[in-house]
Amino acid sequence: MAFWIASSPHNHVQSETSAIMRLVIYATIPGVFAQWYFFGWGNLIHISLAIITALVAEFTVLSLREKNIKAQLFDGSSILTAVLIGISLPAIAPWWITVIGASFAIIVVKQLYGGLGHNPFNPAMAAYVVLLISFPLQMTSWLPPLELMALPLNFADTLSVIVSGFTIDGYSVEQLRTHIDGYTMATPLDTVKTNLTLGMTIAESMESPVIGENFGVGWEWVSAGFLLGGLFLIGKKTIHWATPFSFLASIFVCSLIAFLYSQDSNASTLFHWFNGACMFGAFFILTDPVSGATSVKGRIVFAALAGFLVFIIRKYGGYPDGVAFAVLICNMAAPLIDQYTRPRTYGHNISPSKSGNE
Amino acid sequence: MGSVIERIKRGNFWTFHGGIHPPEQKFLTTDKPIRAVSIPEQLILPLQQHIGIAGELQVKVGDKVLKGQALTHSMHPMAVPIHAPTSGTISAVKNAVIAHPSGLSELCLFITPDGEDKWRERHICIDFNQLTNNELIDKIASAGISGMGGAGFPTQVKVSIREKIKFLIINAAECEPYISADDLLMREHSPSILDGINILDRILSPAYILIGIEENKPEAIKVLQQATAHNEHIQVCVVPTKYPTGGEKQLIQILTGQEVPSGVLPSSLGIVMHNIATCFAIADAVINDIPLIKRVVTVSGQALKKPQNVWSLLGTPVGFLLEQCGYANKNKKHIIMGGPMMGYSLPTDQVPVVKTTNCVLAPSEQEISSPYSTGTGEIECIRCGQCSDVCPSQLLPQELQWSAKAKDQPQLEKLNLFDCIECGACAYVCPSQIPLVHYYRVAKSEIRTQKQLDIKAEHAKVRFEARKERLARDKIAREEKHKAAAEARKVRMNSGTPQAKTEKSAVAEALARVKAKKAQQTKIGDSVTADHTVTPIDVEQKSQVSAAIARAKAKKLAAQQNIPTEKSVSVDTTDDIAIEPVNDKKAKIAAAVAKAKARKLTEKSNDTALATNKNTLDDNTVISKQVEKSVDDKKAKIAAAVAKAKARKLAEKSNDTALAANKNTLDDNTVISKVVAKPVNDKKAKIAATVTEAKASKLAEQQTKLEST
Repeated sequence: MAFWIASSPHNHVQSETSAIMRLVIYATIPGVFAQWYFFGWGNLIHISLAIITALVAEFTVLSLREKNIKAQLFDGSSILTAVLIGISLPAIAPWWITVIGASFAIIVVKQLYGGLGHNPFNPAMAAYVVLLISFPLQMTSWLPPLELMALPLNFADTLSVIVSGFTIDGYSVEQLRTHIDGYTMATPLDTVKTNLTLGMTIAESMESPVIGENFGVGWEWVSAGFLLGGLFLIGKKTIHWATPFSFLASIFVCSLIAFLYSQDSNASTLFHWFNGACMFGAFFILTDPVSGATSVKGRIVFAALAGFLVFIIRKYGGYPDGVAFAVLICNMAAPLIDQYTRPRTYGHNISPSKSGNE
Repeated sequence: MGSVIERIKRGNFWTFHGGIHPPEQKFLTTDKPIRAVSIPEQLILPLQQHIGIAGELQVKVGDKVLKGQALTHSMHPMAVPIHAPTSGTISAVKNAVIAHPSGLSELCLFITPDGEDKWRERHICIDFNQLTNNELIDKIASAGISGMGGAGFPTQVKVSIREKIKFLIINAAECEPYISADDLLMREHSPSILDGINILDRILSPAYILIGIEENKPEAIKVLQQATAHNEHIQVCVVPTKYPTGGEKQLIQILTGQEVPSGVLPSSLGIVMHNIATCFAIADAVINDIPLIKRVVTVSGQALKKPQNVWSLLGTPVGFLLEQCGYANKNKKHIIMGGPMMGYSLPTDQVPVVKTTNCVLAPSEQEISSPYSTGTGEIECIRCGQCSDVCPSQLLPQELQWSAKAKDQPQLEKLNLFDCIECGACAYVCPSQIPLVHYYRVAKSEIRTQKQLDIKAEHAKVRFEARKERLARDKIAREEKHKAAAEARKVRMNSGTPQAKTEKSAVAEALARVKAKKAQQTKIGDSVTADHTVTPIDVEQKSQVSAAIARAKAKKLAAQQNIPTEKSVSVDTTDDIAIEPVNDKKAKIAAAVAKAKARKLTEKSNDTALATNKNTLDDNTVISKQVEKSVDDKKAKIAAAVAKAKARKLAEKSNDTALAANKNTLDDNTVISKVVAKPVNDKKAKIAATVTEAKASKLAEQQTKLEST
């Protein structure tokens, strides 16, 4: 007769960390689908490559650290990191960019700091920043949306470009990036930034073919896809509403103030929202619990700071987008934010209105 | 206060932070009435079933007890008596596993029921309004009632509150999953419960009485509302279902919007809370004179064929209840006392039902498939923060967990670990399946232990300081005393009385003697140097001086010997004679040493309790005696001592090897030693003796070696 001794509570909600990770991966599907639709197979190839690299890297480090490989390899965290890296890379970046990025994210940013739950930085964004600084050319070779491309690009061509740098027909990356009108394409954010330095107003930039009718051909839909996925996650209570809400509100307020101050030199708030990595960052990057703040108050402060930094970097920085940098800086600030945003414990520092002398 | 009531009347309650909605599972037992179970073959009554201290035992083994008879007694307010749940015989008083998370053993009374269920004399009280408050409180105290919701705080303490009570809150929330004991009790015994509430109303005279009940008990709500319809004083507050609404602090917050400050009892806010089952017990005790000897227990779980609420006598082993409800599991037993959130698994099914037991849960494997044993198990915290979202105390469980793992006690206290009510909501939602509450429990007990050690160390320090101070004080006092005494002597000597004179003269004489001695000494020096030049006239004087010297020497010697050698202090003793007693003294010292050795030997022999060694040791002591006797001169004694030491070594060895066969060898050896010791007349003989001894010991050694191999 064996009695089974366990500590209370005895029942459990049956949620698992791997289930959370899986759900987040599923939530990226609308955004990834939009990427595929507008920018071709590139990101899907990078995602696959990143997943393979990440799993190999994770396996290697886990076996070196003598950890339970079976349980930890497929807890979903490394796959999620790989997916996020794959999404954030330019579609026709060379294969080794992904391999370096995913390996760096898993080996250095995650495992060297102690593995799951111990990394102070968001692995995907740290890897992205390392790549951006180390390989600026490859990391900025953004492809124009397929509909604006002069050359056709199918799956085989994309694979060939990623592996060898040339399509099957022998076109180079530079040639691929060339617009129908004959000049090299950039992202909408890039376009606006470059044009501003050339003395053009925002209104003139908005005429650019990359931007199209709304905020950027393709980009707006990719952002919308991530927004949809993010709302799904909030609905599932997988991520807390406070972080994306605070982040988007912060960008909205910053850009609105700037826009109202000078409409010629500042893009609209929605342009900021639906371009670059704004939505992606709001719902998939900043919500990383490990490297973020924990309390609701803390999350609001954390994300608001990130939003402010994104706006500052976009407006004054050297890079057209700044989500990755903003996230890393906020990761560093997270413990401090946590320290100062601890909730008031029940029965401590009761405010006079609650002390009961009504 | 009025606004609180207005809000309650509107059904507009406050809310507490966090909380969870685990599967309620109450349907298993809510559709069946409370069942009476038969008396088990044996009742096990822990002497202490509540928070506080146990009473003194009033009965002994073999005593016949009647149903309702008090078994313990104490005047301490935190002590609660226990009563015999049925008539029978006390079969044992011994330690047994009690209902405690750690499977602790405590003193329990074992009663073998006689089956007659015969009551002691009872005094039914028809109208409690005729009793005074003190009489009511006495009745509650002597009925052994302690809080029946879970914590088991002595009810008599909670009814003797002197503060002005604004709200008397009756806790009928019953928020734990599975448990429906209070629900059924309300449905079946609402008049008694109301009597209990009225008694509490009489004693505490609160401004309002609020009954907090979760909305998942519609029938009980209806019954209560009907029962209290005519009474504006009592409000039935139907609150949303959320775990842990039934927590005292949480229910207070929901109903009144107030927070109980940390480390303070709710009575400081003018609030008292009693459990609904306690109210029933109070009514039973005051009106029917029935002490707390039975309670409703929910026996539930899908491993049971017939889960049901039962009236269980206190002391009924859990296994008996499970058996009555059709527990099929024979080997893999998982029994939980209490609900699935805060209950604890039992190490044996012989654990008895006590005053605080509201549920016995026997879940099936599928029902509570503990992730700790079947799932992936605990993994790293990813700081998702779900735990702090659900924490009703608004703590940061994830940070507490890290600090608990790091044993960072100051940080734990800073994070208010002790405000954790261990409701288990955090561990329930944790996706990493970290047994958070378990970590907190461990950390709490570690901190408590550390604090106790600190207190002890502090006491020791205080004691040490006090001692140091006392010693310093004593020293000063002593010095003062000496000073005073010296001064008094001085004064006395100078006072001029005859006594003082004699004293003075004695001192003067002593001084004179010292002077004379000094003069003599210098004279001797002079006389020695001037020996050859002395005149014949001085010869006589000289001889006198030398005689004096001889005397002084003799005196000195005698003093050294410290023995009454009056004979030798004759004037004409020579140095040779003087040496004799010195040798005597040395001999004595040697004898003493020998004796000490012998004593040591016997001590050692006592350690090894072998009968065979006795003889040897006796022999050894005989040797020492003989040695003492035969000490003729110094050398002989030294030799004897050596011999003894050897004998002792031998004896030691023999003690080590505890073989009966050694007896002979040892006896032989001792014989040798005896022989050696006796004829120690001259040096040579002794040397020979030691040689033979050495040989004998070697022989013995070899023998023991042989035997031991």
